[in-house]
Amino acid sequence: MTRELKRVSIVVFVMFLALLVSTTLIQFFQADNLASDARNARTIYASYDVERGPILVDGQPIAVSVPTGDEFKYQRSYPQGPLYSAVTGYYTLGQGSSQIEQSMNDYLSGTSDSQFLEYLDRLVTGKNPQGASVELTIDPVVQQAAYDALGSYQGAVVAIEPSTGRILAMVSKPDYDPNSLAAHDSQQVLDTYDQLLAAPGDPLINKTINDLNPPGSTFKIVTTSAALQNSGLPVDHTEPNLARLPLPGSDATVANAGGGTCGGGDTVTIATAFVLSCNIPMAELGIEMGESSLGDMANAFGFGSELSIPMDVSTSEYPRGLDDAQLALSAFGQGSDVATPLQVAMLSAAVANDGTIMTPDLIDEIRAPDLSVLQSFEAKEFSTPLTDVTASELSKLMVEAVDNGAATNARIDGVSVAGKTGTAENGEDDPYTLWFTGFAPADNPRVAVAVVVEDGGGLGQSGTGNELAAPIAKRVLEAVLSK
Amino acid sequence: MSAAPTAPVSPTPAATPGKGIRRIRVPQKLRNLELFLLLFVCAVNAFAVVIVQFGALGSADLTVVTLGAGLAVLVFAMHIALRLVATNADPFILPIASLLNGIGIAMIYRIDIAEKLTGWESTALRQVVWTAVGVALAIGVIVVIRNHRVLQRYTYVAGLVAGVLLLLPMLPVLGQEINGARVWIHVGSFSFQPGEVAKIALAVFFAGYLVSRRDSLSMVGRRMLGLRFPRGRDLGPILVLWALSMAIIIFQRDLGTALLYFGLFVVMIYVATGRASWVVLGVGLFLAGGVIASQVLVYVNDRFTNWLDAFNPASYDAQGGSYQLVQGLFGLANGGLIGTGLGEGRPDITPLAQSDYIIASLGEELGLAGLFAIFGLYLLFISRGLRISFAGQDDFGRLLGVGLSFTLALQCFIVIGGVTRVIPLTGLTTPFLAAGGSSLVANWIIVALLLRLSDTVRNQPRLVI
Repeated sequence: MTRELKRVSIVVFVMFLALLVSTTLIQFFQADNLASDARNARTIYASYDVERGPILVDGQPIAVSVPTGDEFKYQRSYPQGPLYSAVTGYYTLGQGSSQIEQSMNDYLSGTSDSQFLEYLDRLVTGKNPQGASVELTIDPVVQQAAYDALGSYQGAVVAIEPSTGRILAMVSKPDYDPNSLAAHDSQQVLDTYDQLLAAPGDPLINKTINDLNPPGSTFKIVTTSAALQNSGLPVDHTEPNLARLPLPGSDATVANAGGGTCGGGDTVTIATAFVLSCNIPMAELGIEMGESSLGDMANAFGFGSELSIPMDVSTSEYPRGLDDAQLALSAFGQGSDVATPLQVAMLSAAVANDGTIMTPDLIDEIRAPDLSVLQSFEAKEFSTPLTDVTASELSKLMVEAVDNGAATNARIDGVSVAGKTGTAENGEDDPYTLWFTGFAPADNPRVAVAVVVEDGGGLGQSGTGNELAAPIAKRVLEAVLSK
Repeated sequence: MSAAPTAPVSPTPAATPGKGIRRIRVPQKLRNLELFLLLFVCAVNAFAVVIVQFGALGSADLTVVTLGAGLAVLVFAMHIALRLVATNADPFILPIASLLNGIGIAMIYRIDIAEKLTGWESTALRQVVWTAVGVALAIGVIVVIRNHRVLQRYTYVAGLVAGVLLLLPMLPVLGQEINGARVWIHVGSFSFQPGEVAKIALAVFFAGYLVSRRDSLSMVGRRMLGLRFPRGRDLGPILVLWALSMAIIIFQRDLGTALLYFGLFVVMIYVATGRASWVVLGVGLFLAGGVIASQVLVYVNDRFTNWLDAFNPASYDAQGGSYQLVQGLFGLANGGLIGTGLGEGRPDITPLAQSDYIIASLGEELGLAGLFAIFGLYLLFISRGLRISFAGQDDFGRLLGVGLSFTLALQCFIVIGGVTRVIPLTGLTTPFLAAGGSSLVANWIIVALLLRLSDTVRNQPRLVI
């Protein structure tokens, strides 16, 4: 019987060995996977146990965790309400989070790898867990100016410092109050969330980075750059000055804005076409240069590239495989061209910074609760689409456009402003998308800006970029220049 | 288990069991060791309750500790009973059972706090009362049964009792169906799972029956593939047991209990006859039955789907799907290596966190380290039981010892293996830890029987059987 008992003992041991292995697998090897499962409510509860780090702008909190008496211990609060909704995003119980709250979650919640030692320390000492603070590059004065200037239009404003890539302002409208989603009453949050989701103008979308519109005439910066640099054409290169351009292989035609020819004469220079923002010469130029010259320049500016600031930016697209008709349309920012306001701001930033785009970023500095710096801003090059010669030529053209061309509403007394407007068509009867992008001062640029006004600014197809978008940009530029 | 004796079973007086037993044969020393361990266990348990209070309530509440002190008095009463009537009993069994029972109460109390249950609504209070009943019955058993071989006389009575207990839940008025399984009986405001007690009666019955019949079950038969298979007419008992297990699966919808009883029988017949063919037959029969059941019975099929494909949204969201299993895994993962600390996790999110899923609750708050310690306690407890069988002198006692120890081991494996996805999940209670009166009472009776057996082993001169 002893032999049998030994074998039974071995069976018992093997059964427990199986349990030791299975619990080790679950609690050690699979623990991270299980914790990140979206259905894991414990992870959500745990995140509320932490005094989530604040999001700061110029040292002042724009998102902060305040102690509550309920089971979640802390509630998120946004002292400035809707002003920073596009930047901070929301942080909800059960409906996830967005923008900085989402992309910086590891730091804010104190679970990033660089905070691991602190985590261990807290575990041993029993101190309340605390997340890192995230300081942004946003300038509160510029942000406020952009927010006020955009007013009640549906659209977006983004301003960047061309020499570093720091994002100085980021506004998207319609906005919302993130406080309304931070409540701990999950039914109330769900109702508010559903309302915002269904609201006209998609308030939950950050339009500066996640809304794609046809760039319209702002794309002429790319077309002109391609002509001067990739195709080696001089700025006084001429195209036939037509009042209507039949599209090859189609019975549709292209017209200049407002009809008529582009200034007087039988031919028109690239410079005039850019300054007056004429479509026909640009279309002719596009067909002449071909898709690769135009497309390569668009890609060099950032079209087709992924970017995180640290939120993921939707990829702006310049299409490929075009026939001549599509090529003509794409050369003045129509057809299938789409771009985010940030991408359009990067066009100006490249011209402003001698041809080099610095990677746009929102994060200035991340500090652990003990104030040690975990990460700080470092200017990085994104790409160099232009030589400094091309950049300075384009700069001159953009200044001329503001001084005497199609972008006159961005003029600022005593300062040389560079700019380019855009009035993009959507569907046949749909309202226009109105653009302005530019920088100032032209000789020593401190800020590059892009403004988009969607839904025609309420004017259907009668508004223009110069009329509605340029004055908004002007106020943002002024806010930077007055500092 | 490592204490396996090297001496073969032979009728020579020189066949002594392990040296350890000789070394601590002085009864006084055994009982003093037990007393020391019990004091330590009481301190640990009281500490656990206080930590729960600080973790979950933020302050200490001494009334609960007083309640625990009442239990401690009862356990010490059992210790005194052992000093009087079972002086040579194993000194580890009672402390381990008390420790597991106490940790279980602390965790149940912790979840009561999370679910804001107080007074008689509180599961912990009922668990304390059931523990008291269990310990009192254990004292009764140890005092009344002075020689375990008395039980052999009641072999067939035990079999009958087991049968009746198993049938009780099927009776109309008395029986009650909870969560789909019809294994409860209901008297007044108390529910009871007679199947838990039936396993003891079954172990007694199997031991008695197999001791008397093992010759015919082992000596004759045909050799095939290197194994001696039993004659057709000797297949009766295993077929009856198989039929019983299948009946439990079909009518009571209780996979775990069926597996427990059948596993118990297979191991006991193997130990009694020394013939591996019984194991082959038994495992084959049960697997065949399980496969057929999973094809025919929807709930069995669901268990398999939930086990194999737990994270599939289709299983997760289904009624009776893998939600609980997955929540248990989330809980265990939340605990990690060292746990969140008592009162600091969220074990209450998992359904049945106090009973079927108490191991996940403990894993969440005590971590992998805590679970390893608990597994260690179980292994130690079971090895003490198996040791009785190794050292025993009469085959009835040896068989009963291995039967009782093995049912505990198998029960741990079935329920913890189910929670941790080693096997499909079946509803069984984790011995001593889980909330549930019937299971507690049954396990405390097992404690008493093992203590009695261990006392006999040490006390009596070796007999030649």
